[in-house]
Amino acid sequence: MSGATLMAAPGPARRAKVAAIPGFGLTFGITLAWLGTIVVIPLAALALRPWELGLFGLIDSLSDARVLASLRLSFGAALLAALVDLPLGLALAWAVVRMNWPGRRLLDALVDMPFALPTAVAGIALTALFAPNGWVGAPLAQLFGWSVAFTPAGVAVALMFVGLPFIVRTVEPVMRDLAKDAEEAAATLGATRSQTLRRVVLPALAPALLTGFGLAFARAVGEYGSVIFIAGNMPMVSEIAPLLIVIRLEQFDFAGAAAVGLAMLSLSFGILLLLNLAQRRLRRSRR
Amino acid sequence: MTVEVQGIVRRFGGMAALDGVSLEVAAGEFVALLGPSGSGKTTLLRVLAGLEGSDAGRVRIAGRDMTGVPARERRIGVVFQHYALFRHMTVFDNIAFGLSVRPRRERPTRAETARRVRELLELVQIPDLENRYPHQISGGQRQRVALARALAIEPRLLLLDEPFGALDALVRRDVRRWVRDLHDRLGLATILVTHDQEEAMEMADRIAVMERGRIVQCDTPTALLRDPATAFVAGFVGGATRLTCNVRSGVAHFDPLPLPPVRVSLPDGEAQAFLRPSDILARRGASGAATVRLVREDAHGRPALVVAAGDTLLDATGEFLGRGDACRLTLRSGVVFGAGGARAELAPLQAAVAG
Repeated sequence: MSGATLMAAPGPARRAKVAAIPGFGLTFGITLAWLGTIVVIPLAALALRPWELGLFGLIDSLSDARVLASLRLSFGAALLAALVDLPLGLALAWAVVRMNWPGRRLLDALVDMPFALPTAVAGIALTALFAPNGWVGAPLAQLFGWSVAFTPAGVAVALMFVGLPFIVRTVEPVMRDLAKDAEEAAATLGATRSQTLRRVVLPALAPALLTGFGLAFARAVGEYGSVIFIAGNMPMVSEIAPLLIVIRLEQFDFAGAAAVGLAMLSLSFGILLLLNLAQRRLRRSRR
Repeated sequence: MTVEVQGIVRRFGGMAALDGVSLEVAAGEFVALLGPSGSGKTTLLRVLAGLEGSDAGRVRIAGRDMTGVPARERRIGVVFQHYALFRHMTVFDNIAFGLSVRPRRERPTRAETARRVRELLELVQIPDLENRYPHQISGGQRQRVALARALAIEPRLLLLDEPFGALDALVRRDVRRWVRDLHDRLGLATILVTHDQEEAMEMADRIAVMERGRIVQCDTPTALLRDPATAFVAGFVGGATRLTCNVRSGVAHFDPLPLPPVRVSLPDGEAQAFLRPSDILARRGASGAATVRLVREDAHGRPALVVAAGDTLLDATGEFLGRGDACRLTLRSGVVFGAGGARAELAPLQAAVAG
């Protein structure tokens, strides 16, 4: 922001303003070039490629029942996973920030594991765990008759796994900043613990929670590696959209693959835009 | 509304933050807890507010034992050091918070709440700010909001935790007087935590000086200045200079400082003298003894000098000398603490010196 005003200010005023980071023009240029090479051009290619099919071909390619089912699964499972991750991530962040127990540091490190682990490894591990004869899958199947692996539920579980750290890590610094005295002030004013949580703590965390939700969701929509092992990949049932793209690519249907990609891109963009707008509303009144 | 604190002990780990503190505050009284950081004053405040437990002793407010009563049931107004305003709420909602969290049967109606909040906004003189957020107002205004929020619950006791620290000096003076005036009008009991002795002197009816978890003296500001009970109090209030002296058969010697020996009824040995600027008189005199470093005029038009005596700088009064002038120092009063805490007033050796 200060950079923009710096550029705009003519004459002597320009010299009067001192920015901490020098060379605005140069860095701005590099940034734009970089952004263009790795973001804009590939995205533009993705946006242009499907039109080779023509408008009707594109519609036709996308209205395939298998494509629709996979999009529904990808976005539905991602949304569900992000929603489940929300309270889970909040609790984890709380444990890392506020609790004072010996295993805190270990937990802190463990939270980041999904970032570091190759997603295929995570997928195989989750599959082994949730398979009908796995450590978690077997009891679930016996007690409730639920099967997780090789069903849409398995997709959601894998997406929860990859999305969780995003929520923990976005909420954590805000929670750390959350002055304890605001909670104490609420107590001296007569608020019960649940009133304090509902009216003081959660509203303060809301923007961070929303950001974390958006990140977890975005990551989950694009997730491929961990999902394909646990999903079973049955067309119409447990086949995610990114897998369908790979399948079309393998069949040399490049335009068709790009069409699914374009659909995912537009949907994700729309949803993230909405989340951003919601966040702006939340933040508008705050620091 | 009387507050009785009896023998409160609070330990953190092995350290006693409060080590047997007793204090009584009468209805309508303004008491300051004064002490350096780490002396336990904020801990005492937190124990009173119910934000901190105690390991021994008890607190009674209006005769009721407060042991085990949670903060939210105590109805004690607290203004926190950094105000602790709710950042996502408007000024209005901040002040209304205490009313809106009451159990449903006791909760005032929306209109009643609004009326009360506006009344409080009037009281703290910021009627136009109700729709602002805390980050949109100045530090002084935030403090007023914090005060109004604390007053909204109609507290029996108001606790102020270093509430003026974040204000700039000019605003601070005004706000201090205004808060004291508000206290008088509302007839509350107020306890102020501060490490600023000037602030305590200006605002409080009585000052409890705290040192390492204990109240070492609790008295009116004038009494503290006149009769400090310990060397610590003498050093902490009134801006006195501490000098080490040697007592030999009833006479204190300040060698090698160029100060005349004075009479003091203490046993022989090392002692600590506390000398305020008004205790030390500087007069034009032989060179080599002491040198005037700085000359100012105090608020009453009297000379305020800084005199270099050897390596020590002393605040003194006396006559208007020039900077760099040589001068002779005499002592006309002061407090001396001997070994074991025995206290004595010093008196000039030759009666003729005092003029």
